[in-house]
Amino acid sequence: MKKLKVGIIGSGNIGTDLMYKIERNDALQMSVMVGIDPESEGLKRAADRGYEVVANGIDGLMEKLELVDIVFDATSAKAHKHHSELLVAAGKKVIDLTPAAIGPFTVPTVNLDEHFEKPNLNMVTCGGQATIPIVNAISRVVEVEYAEIVATVASKSAGPGTRANIDEFTHTTSKAIEQVGGAKKGKAIIILNPAEPPILMRDTVHALMADEGQEQAVIKSINDMVKEVQSYVPGYRLRGAPQFDGRKVSVFLEVEGAGDFFPPYSGNLDIMTAAAAKVANEMAKQLMATEV
Amino acid sequence: MTQRSFEILDVTLRDGSHAMKHAFTEQHVRDTAKGLDLAGVNYFEVSHGDGLGGSSLQYGLSKVDELKLIEAAADVCKTSKVSVLLIPGIGIKEDLQEAVKAGAKMVRVATHVTEADVAAQHIALGRELGLKTVGFLMMAHMASVEKIVEQAKLFESYGAEVIYVTDSAGYMLPHEVTERITALKQSVGCEIGFHGHNNLSMAMANTIAAVEAGATYIDGSLRALGAGSGNTQTEVMVAVLERLGYNTGIDLYKIMDVANKVVAPFMQRPQEITGSSLIMGYSGVYSSFLLHTQTAAEKFGVDERDILVELGRMKAVGGQEDLIYDVAQSFAAKKTQ
Repeated sequence: MKKLKVGIIGSGNIGTDLMYKIERNDALQMSVMVGIDPESEGLKRAADRGYEVVANGIDGLMEKLELVDIVFDATSAKAHKHHSELLVAAGKKVIDLTPAAIGPFTVPTVNLDEHFEKPNLNMVTCGGQATIPIVNAISRVVEVEYAEIVATVASKSAGPGTRANIDEFTHTTSKAIEQVGGAKKGKAIIILNPAEPPILMRDTVHALMADEGQEQAVIKSINDMVKEVQSYVPGYRLRGAPQFDGRKVSVFLEVEGAGDFFPPYSGNLDIMTAAAAKVANEMAKQLMATEV
Repeated sequence: MTQRSFEILDVTLRDGSHAMKHAFTEQHVRDTAKGLDLAGVNYFEVSHGDGLGGSSLQYGLSKVDELKLIEAAADVCKTSKVSVLLIPGIGIKEDLQEAVKAGAKMVRVATHVTEADVAAQHIALGRELGLKTVGFLMMAHMASVEKIVEQAKLFESYGAEVIYVTDSAGYMLPHEVTERITALKQSVGCEIGFHGHNNLSMAMANTIAAVEAGATYIDGSLRALGAGSGNTQTEVMVAVLERLGYNTGIDLYKIMDVANKVVAPFMQRPQEITGSSLIMGYSGVYSSFLLHTQTAAEKFGVDERDILVELGRMKAVGGQEDLIYDVAQSFAAKKTQ
């Protein structure tokens, strides 16, 4: 099968984990890892696996544009704006794992098809990737007046960027609950739990439905959605059954990561990289199909 | 007037929100605020129990928008100042800006005792807005003295003027309070506060220990209205601390009047140490889980105490109310197997 060539900017934890995910996607060929620290673990691992390595950031990548068709950005919101301008001008597809959100919010099981032709796609947040499929599973059955998500992650899997800008999580996730999840109003809460050994990521979705009476259809829709997400995050699962209380439904989830570069408890990081790889893989298939 | 020995900060209109299932009305707030102001309380707190932005399906929806309540409180105060609680991850910076427009003069930015670094921006904003800015380390029993000192130093570096040791689970004993407050007094320059819960009937004893170790901000609530078994009872605290020779700056009769004539009539239940709140104190569970645990236990037909012990074992932190229903459901499933 023909494959599209992938570059990753940002050789930190996210970028490194993403590299392993790319290797498992049939329409993608890992090609180049871009960092700014030649000593970084991510660049070393990429070199060990035989990939091209660029240690002088976006400038270096711009000199080797023939190496990439799709570029993931796992740096920062600020850096991403600059990266995206250059890459889009050069005709490359860009997938944004930062909070910059220049392009549309993308959640693989919900709105992947809508955005294939867009030059830049944003991956929302970890909590968004874990919960928006469920919000959507409910809203495709019955109107959702309000949806609220609570993401609880192990302290060890929340990096300094997330911690310093915790409001960004709230802003971005609540917006995406509305725009992608289909709720009229969204709210997001994040909790860090320092327990040892670290806890698996847990997510809860509370939604207020416009009407009662669709409980069985809602449950079926949620179960179908969970199966779909499991196709790229096998450790994504419901905890117990959805709980109904009048128009309110609460859905409990846990996310165990694949343990590529992150430990399995970091389901929050895993679901971001897995979702980004899934988006790129589907996009690659579409692009190659239209070329033919 | 001689100088106050410390500030007694009343949290009835914030911690009490939990016990009231977030159903405070503007009238409740207006009357209570007026009484606190008249009695000479310099600072009191008004917010959803889980802080600004806490109104949610997870914690309970506010009956009245907290901004309206803050406005009502600020409106009746002649000298008292309104404080608000902000828990990063639940509330955001915009919530604080709105609260300041409504009349807030103090912010207490609260994090789990090991997670102070999520609060840097919120503390900086508090200072920028000219608020008295406080860092609030919750569930202080879950970290070692060294860890608390490390986290307090972070708060201080962001600009906090007061740092609280917060016994959210009502788990701590007086010697543990003494140890923590003493260590903070020795290692940080800002003032130190203590916030207690009465789940093990230790709130007053802990407050005395805190004051004796050098705390200069102490929290209480009228008729102890607060999460779990409630807080140190403000009006009793005034009497006790005056007898110990401190100057609280608060009029005992007037603070008793607001407690008994204003707050007591709107309380939904007496603030007792029940079987469940005792277990919370014993196993170190966040006090605001109490009423949610009762609801979940009833819904799934399991023992409240089993849920609480399990939450303690799982090291649940503040805000994880969803875990209560998850645990209750899994117990119920095991029972039917």
